[in-house]
Amino acid sequence: MRRTPLRLVGARPEPGFEFSFDGEPVAALPGQTLAAALWQAGRLAWRRTRVGDRPRGAFCGMGACYDCLIELDGVPNVRACLAPARPGALVRTQRGDGHDELR
Amino acid sequence: MVVVGAGMIGAACADTLARSGRRVALVDRGPVVGGTTGAGEGNLLVSDKTPGPELELALESLLLWRQLADELGAEALEYEPKGGLVVASEPQALGALRALAGRQRRVGVRAETVAAGALREWERHLAPGLAGGVYYPQDAQVQPALAAAALLRRARAAGRVELLAGVTVTGLAQGRVDTDTRGTLHCGAVVNAAGTWGGEIAALAGAALPVLPRRGFVLVTEPLPPLVRHKVYAADYVADVASGSADLQSSAVVEGTAAGPVLIGASRERVGFDRSLSVPVLARLAAQAAELFPALRAARVLRAYRGFRPYLPDHLPAIGPDPERPWLLHACGHEGAGIGLAPATARLVTQLLDGEQPFMDPTAFGPGRFGKEQP
Repeated sequence: MRRTPLRLVGARPEPGFEFSFDGEPVAALPGQTLAAALWQAGRLAWRRTRVGDRPRGAFCGMGACYDCLIELDGVPNVRACLAPARPGALVRTQRGDGHDELR
Repeated sequence: MVVVGAGMIGAACADTLARSGRRVALVDRGPVVGGTTGAGEGNLLVSDKTPGPELELALESLLLWRQLADELGAEALEYEPKGGLVVASEPQALGALRALAGRQRRVGVRAETVAAGALREWERHLAPGLAGGVYYPQDAQVQPALAAAALLRRARAAGRVELLAGVTVTGLAQGRVDTDTRGTLHCGAVVNAAGTWGGEIAALAGAALPVLPRRGFVLVTEPLPPLVRHKVYAADYVADVASGSADLQSSAVVEGTAAGPVLIGASRERVGFDRSLSVPVLARLAAQAAELFPALRAARVLRAYRGFRPYLPDHLPAIGPDPERPWLLHACGHEGAGIGLAPATARLVTQLLDGEQPFMDPTAFGPGRFGKEQP
């Protein structure tokens, strides 16, 4: 049988839901972070770097490195590894520093 | 030679002494740039100094920094001759700022008056309603940890400098430096470049040097588009630097970095070596920066760091031989200006050791000027 974090702790989660990532639906469970849900959906990158436009995703996974920044409901620079997924959230790939209004 | 302290001053001294043909052991109880050098912004400023010996030292030092950037590569130091813009919010503060600029000009500082209406041509995001400012083209910036490392690398490559990091000096006497793990180092002279801890090193030799820590915080924002082009600070900063009070002083010092984050200082408090985070100080720094640059209200702060400036009661460094121990040269107590003043300090130390005519009169920096009082 496949080992999953849910099985390891014998979790019985509340019903799942979906949020939108770049227009596509992504399944999530209550309490999951955006990074965890995106990883589970097979997506490893959700940011493009300021210099060189290279892909980035979760690195430290615990809020320290700021590599996993994402745009959540129109707000840029949210750490995907800390922000909980919520039903119906509009999540988008973050490009650059997310502060085009200051340009 | 033994140089105690592997911060910016120690690295500059090791490099200059090695280039004068000496063999140097550079000893630090921690890592390279583990003290104040690693906790600063890398200011190379003439703008915040009133005419006198410190400004004379700074003018020479800025020339030497330019030379170092040519020799080692500006990128290796992140040397940016970006210039400083000092702004005043009130007409009275502007009057004082312009009067200071006038006195600075007479001793070789370049200072250009900027009218209120022209401020935003210099810095597009400055708040409206400021009274005016002065632009100082000689002010510059380095990344202090990179700069110290680059100097040390050159010094060691010359083959005459040995770095003993993680080695604590336990005793000092003429001709010998005792350490905890490397035994006794025999030497002709010792340079005390221990910065904020310079008083402790002096005490090992039985000397008194009243260096005290003056704590400062720096806020680091998330990476932003180029928002602040120069080093920009409020005119009150000059008064804060000169203040002798133990209480909290803070005034906005704002600058962009090559990597994108904006650095926000500067606070000054005499609270000993207390490293605890002070939220009220951070909030005050953030508010003062946002007063100058309202666009910063939209920016998040990622982290804050702190350090301890080596403070001497008259705000001047101690550079030169100990009054009773000619084998011990002090080179510490530069407060918040040590990065800027490092190359000229190293030059002065080397000239004094060589018995050469120093490039400036070092009397004002004499370590004996505090008498025998204990700190």
